[in-house]
Amino acid sequence: MSHNTEKTDSDDVNEAHSMPPHQDDYGFPGEPVAYLRIASRPDCLRLIRALVKEAGEGNSCGDECITQMVMAVDEACQNIIRHAYQGDPDGEIVVDIRRQGEMMAIYLLDFAAPVDVSTIKPRRLDEVKPGGLGTHFIQECMDESGFLTPPKGAGNCLRLVKKMT
Amino acid sequence: MAYQVRSEGNTTIVALSGDVDLDNSPQVRNVLLESVGGKRGVLVEMSDVSYIDSSGIASLVEAYQSARSGSTLFALVAVSESAMRVLELARLDQVFSIHASVSDALADGS
Repeated sequence: MSHNTEKTDSDDVNEAHSMPPHQDDYGFPGEPVAYLRIASRPDCLRLIRALVKEAGEGNSCGDECITQMVMAVDEACQNIIRHAYQGDPDGEIVVDIRRQGEMMAIYLLDFAAPVDVSTIKPRRLDEVKPGGLGTHFIQECMDESGFLTPPKGAGNCLRLVKKMT
Repeated sequence: MAYQVRSEGNTTIVALSGDVDLDNSPQVRNVLLESVGGKRGVLVEMSDVSYIDSSGIASLVEAYQSARSGSTLFALVAVSESAMRVLELARLDQVFSIHASVSDALADGS
């Protein structure tokens, strides 16, 4: 299991792939499964969860796998809404789900100011206090998570990967 | 998400249902803190919670801490499987008092 909060060049999102580009194609590798561009509002999270669930079901993922992907994406989008956009409902979030062999890769883009990824760390679980669990949930639910160099025009790009089981 | 508040003796029971997420967790936080502030014991019934995220969990933790500082009962009852999974992930199943039913919680009184 690998989780990093460093921007890496090895996963450059501009990697070439065979799909023809469409209006919002950021060139992420893999077979397109689902795509959503949606407002950075808490009431949109339900739709994002539904999209991830549908994507998992459509690719024969098991219930546990789907539950974990849904939770991780929901928590990551919460972070975008709360921290990247700081509650501004006029921002946008792109959810781009790709199949890469046995793996499901979910790319989350925002157009907010770049966040300092070094500050994003899960909190210690023996500290009982409200908040700070989202990053822990993401790391527990996914096989890989990490920030990529965002495509031109985007502020932040998070890549979540899970083996389909 | 929906909630219902009812009383049994000296205890307030808050029954949550549906998805508890960032969109409605502020509402959940308010109702729980208001209930805890009434200085009565509070039970949170979660059998119909289909989904709960970290913001919902944070609301539970905040109410738990508030109840603890006032030495009043705060417990979770009939927690749904999906909500229990999240509590376990956060290791909060070892922190909250969790009961199978309201009657069990009232009998235990913890």
